[in-house]
Amino acid sequence: MNCDEFAELVTAYLDDALDDSSRPLFLDHMARCSGCTGYYGQFTTTITVLGELPAPGLSPKTRSHLLTAFREASSEKPE
Amino acid sequence: MSEGVVRLGGVTDFPPDPVIVAGLRNGDEEVFALLLDEWSRGMLRLARSYVSTAASAEEVVQDTWLAVIRAVGTFEGRSSLRTWVYRILVNTARRRGERESRTIPVSSVDGERPDGVPPERAEGGPEGAALAGEVRELIDKAVGTLPSRQRAVITLRDMEGYGSDEVCEILSISPANQRVLLHRARAAVRDHLAAYYDGKGGP
Repeated sequence: MNCDEFAELVTAYLDDALDDSSRPLFLDHMARCSGCTGYYGQFTTTITVLGELPAPGLSPKTRSHLLTAFREASSEKPE
Repeated sequence: MSEGVVRLGGVTDFPPDPVIVAGLRNGDEEVFALLLDEWSRGMLRLARSYVSTAASAEEVVQDTWLAVIRAVGTFEGRSSLRTWVYRILVNTARRRGERESRTIPVSSVDGERPDGVPPERAEGGPEGAALAGEVRELIDKAVGTLPSRQRAVITLRDMEGYGSDEVCEILSISPANQRVLLHRARAAVRDHLAAYYDGKGGP
């Protein structure tokens, strides 16, 4: 396995989706190639940071508009 | 949490679908508010994959919830409720995105934020937080440059933490296609991070 092939398989490896023949080749390449070990580290760091990004919520105005819409829709329905 | 948003302690506290669906059908406002506060953040992010501004994404999420209110009586439970809601969102956002791409030059509106929605602040020590804050900003920006299909997948998988099966169902794509899109997206974002580290002489 060369470095380009290794780089293409990182997501498959992390999803545990490598087949039985590729998996040992992937791990063997990583053990012997410091460049790819670094690439792998940056790849997983990227994933970690993506999971930590703050997400803004709905504006209070939209939230209260939706709660009103829900209340009105419920009161229109027959019991 | 700001804006009176109530968050649950963890996903284990979240009621199962039949309880939620019954609550929605019976007009239980607490149940609706719970859903609104649990899912809207992720929905806003996913909508942003398809539309050109944060304000537009907020309208997509609003339209989606209005559709959910109207249609919850027809929900049959063939998927999870969350998948069902997210599929409505994706359809709504795609339609709007297509409309926008015919009318608005994206470069003129990208990066704006709706009024009254402050970004949440990161916590932690000052120096680590500054560096982490820089990296986060960089990665956030890098995600904004991705094509919409890649952005949708990386948003759901890595930012929202959904499993690949659910992502395939929400986006109506095959597992192989999902993995290719995810990998391209991650590799592109990693390139931005590597360029940043090269500039800093860092790891």
